[in-house]
Amino acid sequence: MSSGDDFVKGLWRENPVLAMLLGMCPTLAVTNSAANGLAMGLATAGVLAVSGLFVSATRRVVPRAVRVATWILVIATLVTAVDYLLQAAAPDVHRRLGAFVSLIVVNCLILGRAEAFASRNAVPAAVLDGAGMGAGFTLALLAIGSVREVLGSGTWFGLAVLPDGFARFAVMLLPAGGFLTLAAWLLAVNALRTRRRAGTAPEGLAR
Amino acid sequence: MAEPRPAEAWWPMFRALVGTGLACALLIVGSYELTREPIAANRDARLRAAIDAVLPATAAVVSYRRLPDGRLQRLDALTSGDDVVHAGFDADGRVTGFAYEGRGPGYQDSIEVLLGHDPRSQRIVGLAVLASRETPGLGDRIRDDPAFHAGFRDLDVRLDASGEALAHAVALARPGRQRRAWQIDGISGATVSSRAVARIVGEAAARWAPLLGSALERVEEPR
Repeated sequence: MSSGDDFVKGLWRENPVLAMLLGMCPTLAVTNSAANGLAMGLATAGVLAVSGLFVSATRRVVPRAVRVATWILVIATLVTAVDYLLQAAAPDVHRRLGAFVSLIVVNCLILGRAEAFASRNAVPAAVLDGAGMGAGFTLALLAIGSVREVLGSGTWFGLAVLPDGFARFAVMLLPAGGFLTLAAWLLAVNALRTRRRAGTAPEGLAR
Repeated sequence: MAEPRPAEAWWPMFRALVGTGLACALLIVGSYELTREPIAANRDARLRAAIDAVLPATAAVVSYRRLPDGRLQRLDALTSGDDVVHAGFDADGRVTGFAYEGRGPGYQDSIEVLLGHDPRSQRIVGLAVLASRETPGLGDRIRDDPAFHAGFRDLDVRLDASGEALAHAVALARPGRQRRAWQIDGISGATVSSRAVARIVGEAAARWAPLLGSALERVEEPR
């Protein structure tokens, strides 16, 4: 596997949200605007890349019996640091994301990558994998947040994009809107995947 | 009887856990120290912006803590809390009014507001919603609905003859009836949230109004 692929696979083929369906809790909870989705995605990506670095660098020193305990310790510390940084640099974003910043600790995506990839690969590959998965997570949250914000508030990143006469769908800002938008994106992405697979199939199997 | 490889078994685990713990402790303390001042500055700026919004023409603010015996203790820094009242002063050093917090259950979660109170006219002169998780598009209009907020710019919170309680409870105006000076027009589609805000405002005003009548002479402008 090339080092470029360690990064790229998280964007599309193994996208955490749209292909692996990991980290659904923040995906549904904080994506009522594009800016919230972007901020949550970036915070998670930062934790993912740095925890990948730690897990990979210490994979020969930390005994298997205590590996999860040390990872949790490191992930919780990174999340606390990100929480402070957000409070200092972007207090409005921090207030909107609320408890979901702290809940990055228990995002299954991060422990999942630590166990499945970072603890079995060299440091550069682990960091690229974390950054790629984080970027894919951010893209997915941004995509969901954009749809919900445009249809629910008529704005995109706070800029008005729909005419005043257009009736806003308040449901898009409520939890139900998260499920509807996620389902729509999964439908679109899977349709595209299916079509691509059909297109690249050997001659004899193609329709 | 011998345990299998005791020395090898515990030392790497001990080293990994204690080492990670120490490194994490340093990182947390470091990031806390690094961000403590900006975080405090952000909090003050937000509180100050809310005070300016509820007390028009305010140039300076001093926070006071209410002591159990009813006296007001001057605080050195802008502070938030249930037992704190902020005295606003205009450019000439005259009191523009007092701001205090109120909180209570809304439709979804607890709602926090900041109120501006003018004890000379015994009226609420401004309302700012500090925190609310009310339904987007419906209840969350309590944040910025212009007609709703206009109702809090001139709201009667007169004390009754005893001087200990409000003469009239703050309430929503009855539909189709003339609005009284102590009533607010609710937001249609957000009746529960509007009523919750009216109740929170009434409770906070009842808590502070008896004290603020005599507080005008007791507060001093910033040094």
